[in-house]
Amino acid sequence: MFELLGITPQALYGQLLVGLINGSFYAILSLGLAVIFGMLNIINFSHGAQYMMGAFIAWIGLTQVGQWIGDPGFSVSYWTALLLSPLLVGAFGIVIERTMLRHLYKLDHLYGLLLTFGIALIIEGLFRDWYGISGQQYEIPEALQGAINLGFMFLPKYRAWVIVASLVVCFATWYVIERTKLGAYLRAGTENPKLTQAFGINVPLMITLTYGFGVALAAFAGVLAAPIFTVGPKMGADLIIVVFAVVVIGGMGSILGSIVTGLALGLIEGLTKVFYSEASAVVIFVIMVIVLLVRPAGLFGRER
Amino acid sequence: MSRTALGFILLIIAGVVAPWLNIYPTFLMKGWCFALFACAFNLLLGYTGLLSFGHAAFFGAASYITGHALKVWGLPPEIGLLAGTVFAGVLGYLFGSLAIRRAGIYFAMITLALAQMLYFVWLQMKFTGGEDGLQGVPRGMMFGVIDLTNNVNLYYVVFAIFLFGFFMIYRTIHSPFGQVLKSIRENEPRSISLGYDVAKYKLLAFVISATLSGLAGATKTVVFQLASLTDAHWHMSGEVVLMTLLGGMGTVFGPVVGAFVIVTLQNELADKVGSWVQVIMGFIFVICVLAFRRGIVGELMALFRNLYQRPVGLSARQADVKDTKA
Repeated sequence: MFELLGITPQALYGQLLVGLINGSFYAILSLGLAVIFGMLNIINFSHGAQYMMGAFIAWIGLTQVGQWIGDPGFSVSYWTALLLSPLLVGAFGIVIERTMLRHLYKLDHLYGLLLTFGIALIIEGLFRDWYGISGQQYEIPEALQGAINLGFMFLPKYRAWVIVASLVVCFATWYVIERTKLGAYLRAGTENPKLTQAFGINVPLMITLTYGFGVALAAFAGVLAAPIFTVGPKMGADLIIVVFAVVVIGGMGSILGSIVTGLALGLIEGLTKVFYSEASAVVIFVIMVIVLLVRPAGLFGRER
Repeated sequence: MSRTALGFILLIIAGVVAPWLNIYPTFLMKGWCFALFACAFNLLLGYTGLLSFGHAAFFGAASYITGHALKVWGLPPEIGLLAGTVFAGVLGYLFGSLAIRRAGIYFAMITLALAQMLYFVWLQMKFTGGEDGLQGVPRGMMFGVIDLTNNVNLYYVVFAIFLFGFFMIYRTIHSPFGQVLKSIRENEPRSISLGYDVAKYKLLAFVISATLSGLAGATKTVVFQLASLTDAHWHMSGEVVLMTLLGGMGTVFGPVVGAFVIVTLQNELADKVGSWVQVIMGFIFVICVLAFRRGIVGELMALFRNLYQRPVGLSARQADVKDTKA
């Protein structure tokens, strides 16, 4: 059947894998946007820039730090970066929330969007100035090099790891928010911040940490992406617009909804590449248009 | 004489005199194009309260259509400009009908996503010339008599186009229709309860804004003889937001001031600091949002009010709060 359409099964599986990987990134990023939106009521436009920062910190750790401290043999490994980079970017996010974003909560939501857009321009511009517009290569860590033979296709180990790691992180986030006491506080704070505070819960601190966490998720995705895509200042900006479309399609009301929508759209994008590659860049936007026509609130959204 | 009339007269004098002040004419023309673009954008953000993050779509689309009409079809400039503008208006109707289905932050994300979709379409289509764009678009003879290859002629045509668009926007804002738009901005549920079909009003405002943004983009193509992907990129959408915010959203003259400040900055900084321009734009954004939300013209007007017309029974601080809400 595949041969009839002029498509080999290998190409199909290969593109499905790429789709699943893109879908994992859409899922983590839209999850972070949804968590931040739920608590802060802003859309974090700098999410893409923070994803890019995460990837760059990993790359700097691997290739640059050794030269900076005068010991060329020293480098921060992938595994350390996977932990360190989200922490650093998360701390950076917390500083932004404490010094800037918190002054905007009483104003129209749009100001939050505009502020984070400005921050995204600054971050992107700085990295472009420091490391140029072209991308940098990040080597796949030794333990994950090579591929597994699945019988019908070769699965590169690193790609399998990306899918597993992002699914674990997504579902852990879902579990914490929907099934633990901390998550219950968080949901209460989203629903009614004043009442929650009256019960003695430190809501402003919770808001700060939520932003830090959402941003750290973006950085985590960035480190995962570093060995697959080239690490460059533009890597976040184009991705984040697609993620916005994903968020519009899914609606930001549900955590699980964001994860499912992200993965599904990644797969659809991968399939489009196989069957009609010219449309692959726009397919998610076209789906967004259809969803807006049929179900304006989004697949998992509530009208508010 | 009202302050607005005074503003209009000063604007016209400035526009007429400027080319004789030894200012680079292309720079001035770029300024007027972007001023029109920002004013058209302001109709939506400042007066209807809708933040579109995809206005580059209309600017860029009109730019390509006009470029193609002039270069390949060999149409006279007035028809080319009209074709680009009408195309942007139709596009505005399509995008607007989709985007007004959601409000607030979603509206911004939808317009951004739609504009990005169109960007990919331009990137792949043959006639746009991809990364190179449409180069060497001929300027031609306007109405068969005005030779646009002469920079002075072109300047006054561009300025006249700006004035036409600016006056259209001014009339829209101060018409009964404009009053309804403002009421939607202030309190949408109440406008609905008063019996206004809010969606229809929003859509019409969106179409007018898109059409005039298109006129700005089309004019820009004639000036620079170039239509490129830059015009349709989301950076351009961000720039027009910044111009409006910096000049003062919801003010008649604010976007004009904002556009000229940004165009001047880009002109002055481009060769001195290179890629730092983007960083500086980002900082201006952050400062505007945090400390300067009324913009240059808005702050000046507030200063004027505080000095001469302190509102009775309303402390200056309360007046401030009222202002920032708008």
